[in-house]
Amino acid sequence: MRAPILIACLALAAPSAFAATAQVSVEIPRLDVAEYHRPYVAVWIEREDRSVAANLAVWYQNKDGKDAKSGKSEPGTKWLADLRQWWRRSGREQTFPIDGVSGATRPAGQHQLSFSSDKAPLAGLAVGKYKLVVEASREVGGHELLSIPFDWPPQAPQHLSAQGEHELGALRFDLNP
Amino acid sequence: MNPMTKWSALALAACLPMAASAHKAFLVPSTTVLSDGDDAWVTVDAAASNDLFNFNHRPLPLDNLLVTGPDGAKVEAEHVAKGEVRSSFDVHLTKPGTYRVALANSGVSASYVDAKGEKKRWRGTVEKLGEIPADAKDVEIAQYDSAVATFVTLGKPSDGVLKPSGHGLELVPVTHPNDLYVGEAAKFRFLLDGKPAKDLKVSVLAGGTRYRNKQDEMTLTTDANGEFSVTWPTPGLYWLNAALEGQKPTVAKAKDRRLGYTATLEVLPQ
Repeated sequence: MRAPILIACLALAAPSAFAATAQVSVEIPRLDVAEYHRPYVAVWIEREDRSVAANLAVWYQNKDGKDAKSGKSEPGTKWLADLRQWWRRSGREQTFPIDGVSGATRPAGQHQLSFSSDKAPLAGLAVGKYKLVVEASREVGGHELLSIPFDWPPQAPQHLSAQGEHELGALRFDLNP
Repeated sequence: MNPMTKWSALALAACLPMAASAHKAFLVPSTTVLSDGDDAWVTVDAAASNDLFNFNHRPLPLDNLLVTGPDGAKVEAEHVAKGEVRSSFDVHLTKPGTYRVALANSGVSASYVDAKGEKKRWRGTVEKLGEIPADAKDVEIAQYDSAVATFVTLGKPSDGVLKPSGHGLELVPVTHPNDLYVGEAAKFRFLLDGKPAKDLKVSVLAGGTRYRNKQDEMTLTTDANGEFSVTWPTPGLYWLNAALEGQKPTVAKAKDRRLGYTATLEVLPQ
C-alpha cells in the first residue's frame, strides 16, 4: 500500500525535484550622504561573449517623474542609460516595462530574487559558462558593477558571493541542482 | 569686412583643412547615449579652440549645420545661439536611433593680386568664382571640403546616418560611434570620394588638454582598406581629425584640393 503512495508523491514532486534553482541576494548599502536617491539596479546573466542570456531584474523609476524646478515630465527610463553596461548589452534593445523584469527602485537592505530552471527567464538556459552580473547606478552618486562566474546547470549546491565597495554591498548567489 | 564677418571667417578657417591656424574645430554634445524613449534633448556647442574641449577662441558658424535623424530626414536645430566663444543649439530627439550632427563646408578659396597690386583672399562657391576681378593676377584657386561631426543615439543604435555620401573625406564607423568603451578597440574606415583613403594620418586626442602637460596625441595610419583602429586609454570625449591636401580638384579652375574631417566621439567607462 505504501509503495504506490510514495511513487505518487515522487511523481508530484518530479518537476521541481529536477528543476535547478538560483537565488540571488543583492544588498543595497545604507549610505550617509547629503542627497540620497535609490539606485537603479540591473541583474542579468551574461554569456562568455558578454551577450545577455537572461535579464533577471531591472529596478528603476517606473513612473514618469517631474523635474522639481521646471515641473516638466520626465520618463522614468531617462536615467537607464546610466546602467551603461546593461544598457549597452540589453537595455537599448528593450521596450519598457520589461514583463517580469522591470521593478521599482528598492530601499537599502537585502533583496532576494528566486529563479527556477523550469520557468522564465532561466528555462532554456543552455549548458555552459556564465556570469551573474549586477550593476548599480545612483543619481548624484556612484556606479558599481559586480559579477560572479558560474556553470549552468549546477552539479552540486554552490554558494557564491562577491562584495561591493560603495554602491553595492554583499552579493550572494546560491545554486542548487 | 565688418568685424562680425571677419571673426566668422576666422572661425570658419579654423575648421577648414590645413588652415594656418592651430585652433581645433569641434562640436561638444551634452550626451551621446540616451534612454528616454521618444522625447529627449541634447545640447551641442560648436567652437574653435586651442584647448579640447574648452571654449577659448571663437564660435563656429552654424550656417552649414545639418542634423540628420535615424530615418535620414533633416532635424531642425532649436534654440540656436551664437556667443563670443562658442555657438550652441539643441537637438530634439523624437525617434529612436542614431543622429548625425555635422557642419559641412565645401567650396573654393582663392588668393590673387588685384589691379592695385594688393594681395587679396576670397572664399565662396564655385558659382561665384566670377567675383574675382577679371584683371586679377597670380590667381590661385583651391577647392575645399571639410566636415566637423558628432553622433548621438537615442535607444538602439542605427546605422542609416553612418552611410557615406561618396563625396569628400568621410569617416565610416565599423564600430558604432556611440558604442565606444575604454580599453576596447574601435575600428573606423576613411573614404575619399567613396574610395578607401589609404595611408591617411589620423590624429586622436582625448579632451582635457588644459589639465595635462602633454597633448598625448595618438597618430594612426589607415591601411589599404582605409581602416584603422583605436584602443581608448581613458573614458571621455575624443577629438578625431584627418586632413589631406594636394588632391586632384573636381573644380575645373582649382589647382589644389584640401579636405578635412573632424569628429567628436564619446568613450564611456566600463
